[in-house]
Formats: sequence, C-alpha cells, structure tokens
Amino acid sequence: MKKNLGPAYVAPITVWLCVFFVIPISIIVYYSFLTKGFNGGVVHKFSLDAFRALYNPTIFKITFNTFWVACVSTAVMVALAVPAAYYMARSRHKNFFMLLVIIPFWTNFLIRIYAWMAVLGNNGVVNHALLSMGLIDRHIQFLYNTNAVILVAVYTYLPFAILPLYSTIEKFDFSLVEAARDLGATKLAATLRVLVPNIRGGITTAVLFTFIPAFGNYAIPQIIGGSSSYMLGNVIARELTVTRNWPLASSISLVITALTTLGVLIFMRFNRSASEEARERAQDNAPMSAMPQVSAQSTGTGASE
Amino acid sequence: MNRIGKHATPNRPTGKFSFGMFTFVICFLYTPLVILVAYSFNQSKMMSWGGFSLRWYSELFFNSESLWHSFGNSAIIAVTSATISTAIGTLGAIGFYWYRFKFKKLIRIAAFVPILIPEIIIGVSLLIFFAGIKLNLSLFTIFLAHTTFNIPFVLMVVTARLEEFDFTIIEAAYDLGAKELQTLAKVILPAAFPGIMSGFLIAVTLSLEDFVVTFFVSGRGSATLPLHIYSMIRFGVSPVINALSVIVIAGTVVLAVLSRNVVKYMFQK
Repeated sequence: MKKNLGPAYVAPITVWLCVFFVIPISIIVYYSFLTKGFNGGVVHKFSLDAFRALYNPTIFKITFNTFWVACVSTAVMVALAVPAAYYMARSRHKNFFMLLVIIPFWTNFLIRIYAWMAVLGNNGVVNHALLSMGLIDRHIQFLYNTNAVILVAVYTYLPFAILPLYSTIEKFDFSLVEAARDLGATKLAATLRVLVPNIRGGITTAVLFTFIPAFGNYAIPQIIGGSSSYMLGNVIARELTVTRNWPLASSISLVITALTTLGVLIFMRFNRSASEEARERAQDNAPMSAMPQVSAQSTGTGASE
Repeated sequence: MNRIGKHATPNRPTGKFSFGMFTFVICFLYTPLVILVAYSFNQSKMMSWGGFSLRWYSELFFNSESLWHSFGNSAIIAVTSATISTAIGTLGAIGFYWYRFKFKKLIRIAAFVPILIPEIIIGVSLLIFFAGIKLNLSLFTIFLAHTTFNIPFVLMVVTARLEEFDFTIIEAAYDLGAKELQTLAKVILPAAFPGIMSGFLIAVTLSLEDFVVTFFVSGRGSATLPLHIYSMIRFGVSPVINALSVIVIAGTVVLAVLSRNVVKYMFQK
C-alpha cells in the first residue's frame, strides 16, 4: 500500500451515519431526560418522569408480551429454517429453491401481512369456507391476538432465517459428516455434533436477523394484533403520534435499544464461532500472507473476471 | 454462484425429515399468496367465489390514481437512496478492507449497528431529529431515512464480496505501476462489481419494502406504496389490493428471475 487513503474512503459513510444515526439516537437519549411539552415536543428541563412512567404494570405486561412474541417466533423460525435450508443446500435444484424462498421474501411486506387477513380474517377464506359448510354459525376471530402476531411474524421473517443458514450449510464440507459416520457416529449424533457446531455462524445470523425485527415489531401487531397483543413498538408510536409524550416515546425507544443490544451481545458472546476468532486473529497478525487458503480459492474467480 | 463446483454437492438422496420440513415451509410461504392471486379474479367483493372477473384489475389500473402516485414516490426514493447508499457503502467497504487507520475498528463496528437496531428506533429517532432541525417531512426526509438504513446493508454485502477475492491482484497492479485511483477504477471496482450490484439491488428492495421507518418520516402528500397499502388495508379485505398483490408478486418473480440471470451472467463473463 502506498498512500493511506483509508480515511478518505470512509469519510462519507462516517459523516452520514454520524448525522443521521448517531446524532438522532443521542437526541433520543437527551429527550428521555426532559419534561414533556404540552402539545408534543419537549420542555428543556431535566426530569425523570419518562423513566418513572416505565415502572408500571401495563408496560411490564407489554414488555413481557414483546419478549414472548420475539422469542417464540424466533424459535419457530430457526426450527423450520435449519432443516429446510439443509434440504435446499443439499439438493440438485438449489438455485431454483433459493428463488422459491426469495420470491415471497421480496413480495411487499404489507402485502404479506395482508395475505393473512385475506386467509384468516373475519371475512377471510377460512371463515367463509367454514360458514358455507355449516360448520360454524358465525365467524371465528382468528386474528387480533398474540398467536396471530406470532404466526404472521414467522411468515414475514422466515426467509431471514433460511437465507443465512442456507449459505452457511452450502459451504459446509459434508465429508466431515461422512467421516463421523464412518467412525461410528449415528446419523443424529453426526448432525448434532459435527454439522450444527460448524454452522453456528449461520444460526447466529439467523437468530439475530429474526429476533431483532420481531422484537421491534410495529406493523404486524398494529395491523393484525389486538389490544391483548400490544407490543413496545406500538406504545412508542402511540406516545409519539397520539398522546404526544415525546420523552416517554424516547425512554421506551431506549429500553428497546438497550434490551436488543444486550440480547445481541450476550448471544454473540456465547456463539462466537471458533472459525471467526481464528480468522480475526489471522487478519490482525499477518494480513496478507496468512491467508493462503482464501487466496487459493479466489484466484480462479479473480482471474476469470 | 461463483463457487459452483467448489463444494460440489453429491447427488445422494437427502433426509426425509428435511424434505418434509422444506415442503412444509414452501407450502406455508405460498398458500396465502396463491389465495390472493385466486381471489383477485373474483367477481364478488367478498371472499366467497362469485365467478371469474377482471373488474378489480380495471379498478386498479384506471381508477386508482393516488395508488400509482404513491408507487411513483416509492420508485423515486428507491432509486435515489439505493444509488447514494451504494456509493457511500462501497467506498466505506473498500476503505475498511484495505487500509489501516485510527479508530478503524470502532467506526467499522459502529457502521453495522443500524442493522442490529429495530427499524422503529431509526424511524422514531429520525422523526425527532427532523423535527428538531425543523426539516419538513417530505419525500426528501424519506430519502434521507432510507439511505441511512441502506448504507450498512450495502457495506455488509460489498465487504462480503471483497473478502472473497485476492489481495495479490492489487499488489500486482501496484507492482505494475498503477496509481491509487487507477487501481480503484481498473482493479478494485470491477472485481467488486457483483457485490456492488447486489448491494444496489438489496438497497432498492429494502427501500421499496419499508413501511415502519417511512411511516414515521413521511409527511402529507409523500405517501409511498407501502403507506398507501397500509391506509387501504386498515379497512379490511379489499379486492383491489388482491389485484395489486398479483401485480406486485408478478413483478417480484420477474425481478428475482432477471436478477438471478444478471448475476449469473456477470459471474460467467
């Protein structure tokens, strides 16, 4: 390397994210310690009211509900995604299957939510079918509860779990599993003790990419949730636009940010895969020469372009 | 896709369990969409079948000006924010990947944080920020917001691409006397091009998709397509949305197939 142009390259991204991310987040932190204004906005006077307001049973209940929805939907998604991604990665038609997963994923988020209104809504297909078959006298309310929120969260975020798992499993060297089998491991043992530890990076990404949106969920409970399935995101929106208590909206935002960051940190700490650590160490110590494997793999692609 | 053959998959039958789960997942993903498609051709306004009809499509195409206006807004924002965020994110990825400088690690980690923060927080903080600097909510604020959440994704995708390729070609360029900018233009950017392209596509997709952030930072008259859909579906099932869904799904299929071929083509060249 000759001149060090690094700072010039990263200046735009640093400035942009400082102005439109770091500063706004700092303002939220600042606002949460202020007094609420009469008609939205804030009065610049120190106050802990916004944090005191958090200490109340309704907020506790909503926080619990938020955790519940996020954890259950994440667990369901990973449980579905691991075997599905495994099948895709091992199939001869993997490109086609990828496309099958990507298409619903790229279909507009709100249309995917709406699709469930058309299926399970009070005037939806299922209710119509049941009514016309005479199985029920009046429609069943499937939506507007916590389980409906979980169902639709799983539906909308599932590809977020499948895609990272797919790309990790696809890179996994399956001869390792064969070796384990040859050495006498049962199918299950080989899967759990050889495959799963090796795709931990993919599982981590899948969990993060599903838990975070599920936890900060706003649109889904707003559209197909009911008063029983209120989540923290809905409280923020209400405080911001209806009640117009900006300090409270800020303090709840802080709580969400803190809880997700904490969750992410804890999860990453426990799940840091060995390969990642090794790679970082290699990069830190000897950036160019210590990566013969990477070079060898990519020479082909590099040269062909 | 550039790695075809590197990890060749043996053509051996895979497990019944994983096949069952995969089939279930695909059925789960497609059943609601198929139902939307079917009912978009329904004569009846209700979800009971009233015979085949294209009336909702004519309603959608000839009688939904505000919807098309919001679609135009979405397209403008998607293209502009994807362009700017791709430029900023790509430069950042190159800078982080090839250079060492003060605070590099800190800035690099900080640049990924917006991905890890729930969307609603970005929306709320930007709304409060725009209110603070007295910037009226409009298409421009939506553009700023979308660029902000797109940048880290572009950074991530381009970085992933850079990690796949060889340092030595850059050293070779330097050894052969290339200047810094020549190396960037003739070696680094072409080699990273597939990554830049997919970064751009992801940014367009995220921008077209976004409801939550846009909901907070849009003002009167600056509704995007998702906001328009939101205002329609709040009143329940509407056959016009069924028809719109079909158009959106069809567009998605075309885009997915096309972009797959584009990517393939780029890799084979």
